[in-house]
Amino acid sequence: MSFLRAFGSHLPEHRVGNAEIAALVGTTPEWIVDVSGIEERRYAADSDTVASVGLQAAQNCLANAGATAAELGMIMVASGSAPRLCPGPASQVATGLGLASTFALDIPVASCGSLIGVALAAELAPRYGPVLVVGTEIMSRCIELTPESRDTSILFGDGAGACLVDPSSGFARIADSILSTDGASAEILKIENGRIAMEGRSVILQAVRKMPRVLNELLARNHLTAAEPVAWLMHQANLNLIMRVAQSLKVPEERWFVNLARYGNTSSASLLIAADEWRNANPDPLAGPLVLTAFGAGLNWGALLALPA
Amino acid sequence: MELEARILKVLNSITKKEVSPGSEDSLFVSGLLDSFALTDFVAGLEDEFGIAIPDSDLSARKFDTLNKVSAYVSAKLG
Repeated sequence: MSFLRAFGSHLPEHRVGNAEIAALVGTTPEWIVDVSGIEERRYAADSDTVASVGLQAAQNCLANAGATAAELGMIMVASGSAPRLCPGPASQVATGLGLASTFALDIPVASCGSLIGVALAAELAPRYGPVLVVGTEIMSRCIELTPESRDTSILFGDGAGACLVDPSSGFARIADSILSTDGASAEILKIENGRIAMEGRSVILQAVRKMPRVLNELLARNHLTAAEPVAWLMHQANLNLIMRVAQSLKVPEERWFVNLARYGNTSSASLLIAADEWRNANPDPLAGPLVLTAFGAGLNWGALLALPA
Repeated sequence: MELEARILKVLNSITKKEVSPGSEDSLFVSGLLDSFALTDFVAGLEDEFGIAIPDSDLSARKFDTLNKVSAYVSAKLG
């Protein structure tokens, strides 16, 4: 058994509004809001790295948990925008936390990486001890603000989120999860040679089918209905996608936590940034089931169910 | 009803207006279908023709023009 103990996050200070990028990509600020729900995003400073942004989210998470790095049994760092494949940012985050031998594992998966991390951490925490999962991205270095790449480049921002999964205590018990991969559609969303490429229409087609399906499967096998979760935390990719998934499940929109307007799509970081903000806004004991879900490059997607501890 | 007429019927129900794109006109570039209208269009094709479109066929490129949609639906209907 494992528990969600705390979340954390870090957002770079530099805010980039739609007005700042609209002219560069040949559109208007209003169009960006219409197609994505995004009003602004954060861009990292030149001195920031994927690891340094992730480290600050990790430290914030440990502080929120009242925990120290020395308690950790393992670290996982998800990122699709890390500039180096091997070693990735996980070992640097561990070093930044002052750890010299704690196992640190990279999950080089954009978008869904932090969900994968939390789901795997739930299985590994009883064996290794508390697992700190970090999703960290500097997506602004993977895009080009040009008219040709408008549909993709307007979406992304930078940031990091973190989650401490504990084998003995927390505010929610991780009850179940489903992780899935469909490599046949791998080419429609990828980060290659430091640049993201996305066939947006195909990604939406796939996500609108796969996400409700996995969420319904997760709920059904736990004898729950979509009406029962008190909160739904979804990868913050596109407001219209979140609302479409909500409609498919017939879940009121207000149960879906959304912070996309302020940060854009921060890829693997977005789920845990949203989770941190949701938890800060809802610090009371969990009143019912909590669902986390994500979809992205791979294609990888999945869902995780947590219940009141 | 001809195959293409039935596809147009689905398209009209999604766009909520009478449209008549050329057989090779992009339904996306023309502005008739955005990403989310495309998902409705694909679901509408399944309902209209009683076919199941598998995940492996969920590529926008297969549904870009009336000709492509006709060819796809024809193949599914055998």
